[in-house]
Amino acid sequence: MAVNMLLTGAEIVIRCLQEEKVEHVFGYPGGSVLYIYDELFKQDKVKHVLVRHEQAAVHAADAYSRSSDRIGVALVTSGPGVTNAVTGIATAYMDSVPMVIISGQVPTHYIGQDAFQECDTVGITRPCVKHNFLVKDVRELASTIKKAFYLARTGRPGPVLVDIPKNITNEKCEFDYPETVTIRSYNPVVKGHSGQIKKALKLLQEAKRPMIYTGGGVILSNAADKLTTLIRMLGFPTTQTLMGLGGFPATDRQCLGMLGMHGTYEANMAMQQCDVLLAIGARFDDRVIGNPDHFGEVKRKIIHIDIDPSSISKRVKVDVPIVGHVPEVLGELIALLEESTVKVDSKALSAWWSQIEEWRGKDCLRFKQDELIMPQFVVQKLYEVTDGDAFVTSDVGQHQMFAAQFYKFDKPRRWINSGGLGTMGVGLPYAMGVRFANPEATVACITGEASIQMCIQELSTCKQFRLPIKIINLNNRYLGMVRQWQEMFHGNRYAESYVDALPDFVKLAESYGHVGMRIERPEDVEPALRKAFTTYKDDLVFMDFITDQTANVFPMVAAGKGLSEMILAEDL
Amino acid sequence: MRHIISILIENESGALSRVAGLFSARGYNIETLTVAPTEDTSLSRMTIVTSGSDDVIEQITKQLNKLVDVVKVVDLSEAPHVERELMLVKVRAAGKDREEMKRMSDIFRGRIIDVTETTYVIELTGNSAKLDSFIEGLDKDLILETVRTGVSGIGRGDRILKI
Ligand SMILES: Cc1ncc(C[n+]2csc(CCOP(=O)(O)OP(=O)(O)O)c2C)c(N)n1
Repeated sequence: MAVNMLLTGAEIVIRCLQEEKVEHVFGYPGGSVLYIYDELFKQDKVKHVLVRHEQAAVHAADAYSRSSDRIGVALVTSGPGVTNAVTGIATAYMDSVPMVIISGQVPTHYIGQDAFQECDTVGITRPCVKHNFLVKDVRELASTIKKAFYLARTGRPGPVLVDIPKNITNEKCEFDYPETVTIRSYNPVVKGHSGQIKKALKLLQEAKRPMIYTGGGVILSNAADKLTTLIRMLGFPTTQTLMGLGGFPATDRQCLGMLGMHGTYEANMAMQQCDVLLAIGARFDDRVIGNPDHFGEVKRKIIHIDIDPSSISKRVKVDVPIVGHVPEVLGELIALLEESTVKVDSKALSAWWSQIEEWRGKDCLRFKQDELIMPQFVVQKLYEVTDGDAFVTSDVGQHQMFAAQFYKFDKPRRWINSGGLGTMGVGLPYAMGVRFANPEATVACITGEASIQMCIQELSTCKQFRLPIKIINLNNRYLGMVRQWQEMFHGNRYAESYVDALPDFVKLAESYGHVGMRIERPEDVEPALRKAFTTYKDDLVFMDFITDQTANVFPMVAAGKGLSEMILAEDL
Repeated sequence: MRHIISILIENESGALSRVAGLFSARGYNIETLTVAPTEDTSLSRMTIVTSGSDDVIEQITKQLNKLVDVVKVVDLSEAPHVERELMLVKVRAAGKDREEMKRMSDIFRGRIIDVTETTYVIELTGNSAKLDSFIEGLDKDLILETVRTGVSGIGRGDRILKI
């Protein structure tokens, strides 16, 4: 390229995306991004995925990141394009998902004049992004985009937004994509403090009732292998948060399943009763440890490894904080452990394991499959039919919890859901993002009849791009999770939780050109699933399972209660 | 406990709102906030007076450090420091009150920087408690207007906040 060749801002945007090896951009056009779309049109390295609503563009980009370790990119126009994207951005932010959002803005000389489709994008998104930029000079465009990708993926990851006024996309300057970035105010820690890591090891080796609790940080930092090595070396029990599933193989005996509000009896009990707790890439949130005062009633030593110092000692006081990139710290811990000659207290450990096995013996996830289809049963069968090897997305509600409890994830980045924000509507666009990032993958979206309707328009995108997603609609005709709370805490007053006037999902799917199935009897569940994943392998299949309306999710730790104060199915 | 947090932050549009937004979003309180560019014009220095338990202050400093535009954060009140605030007070200064106002200003080492036949503007510098007691010492009816800058602070001796 000639040294002083001038490119327009729009050309620069595309060149930057190419430099970042971006293959897919999820977006929706509009006035302020027309120059960018024009440049997209003129090349074919960066493919554009046209969604049907900007919220879905951001969710898809988010799942693209979650299910691979590349960075999802969304492109939206100014004003309503941005406001539609906000739910998606906040969802990614709460789960620390790296992502870059490029938004159009009105021309710089119109800003502040209430121009057509103007909104204060930087202001609106500020609390739900890791960082955002308004580009005011085309000469800063390339370096800003470089910074955006760098910020999104380093440190505690998160979404970063770049707001580009229309005139900037049509002004010219030389293009020079910087190879490195330095931001003097931003220097995330990588290596953990060696002294602290030694202290941690000592505590672990002295433990009589140890427990390892891991979260989304393990998945996001690609630390699952190291984590698995460490846990197997130690022989300790482990539990994963909703965001951490797949960080350690769920089918391993050492795994006690998910913990928290709908965690297993054994995981919650062990978490409460342990004497040394190793927390990794997790943040002790309210859905995980319940009431922090109750959790604090049992004295235990806590080691906490996290990239973000503000996550440490936020809700629970920690004894050994270790700030660092999780795989780095785990690597160091493993190396120390390999060298160490210290013997663990195997007598205490085996007593601890027998206690755990006793808790496990309660079989807290047990359910009865009678004449109505139980949602748990569908997830179990899905697990069998897909050999436990699918990418599973979910929406938010009871079905999400059943999916987390009954689909045993042995690998990281296979379970894609909105944990922090709990956003209904993510399931289908998440499945799209997963499929673009993993073109050969089997993708199932476990959803409810209410959630799926929040982004149902994406059935059209799925048709356009021939995405053979399998939608597992656990149709209980209720906002099930809301109904469960109303049943348990609001005297069975089911205020506005009945989902009336449902569409015929089979016909709906067919009208978009997909395959629809309705499954009403338990004996049809498995054959229908098999058919969907074999005969209709290459189609999107919308499977409407008519399930038991009264099914509830157990165990349950009611809001404000202690982690070991679970309500079990057998108590009712 | 009252704390004085000093922040070096990139002198960019929007940086102030990131800090202010953080405080409101997380329910931290701000008693005073001052901000102005430093001798290095690419940086601004902000001083925030806040209060909270040790846990809350720890979170505040951690959360501030997490903001990408924030270069450095220190809790000045953790070690010896000096703090100053400037106040301008417009008072009624007519008849017998005129002499009294002059006297009060002198006692507090204030300066009268604007004079009309019926009013004075008194400039007063000191720590916040001194400014408070000046206000308390005045007859309420004679105070026409007050404006305070909020606290600025700096560490004593070798404690230096710089990049
Ligand atoms: C956007 C959004 N609105 C409201 C809620 C509150 N909410 C949580 S679960 C739920 C019901 C979900 O119903 P459905 O999708 O049918 O799933 P089910 O619980 O029945 O499995 C609602 C309304 C939410 N999480 N997200």
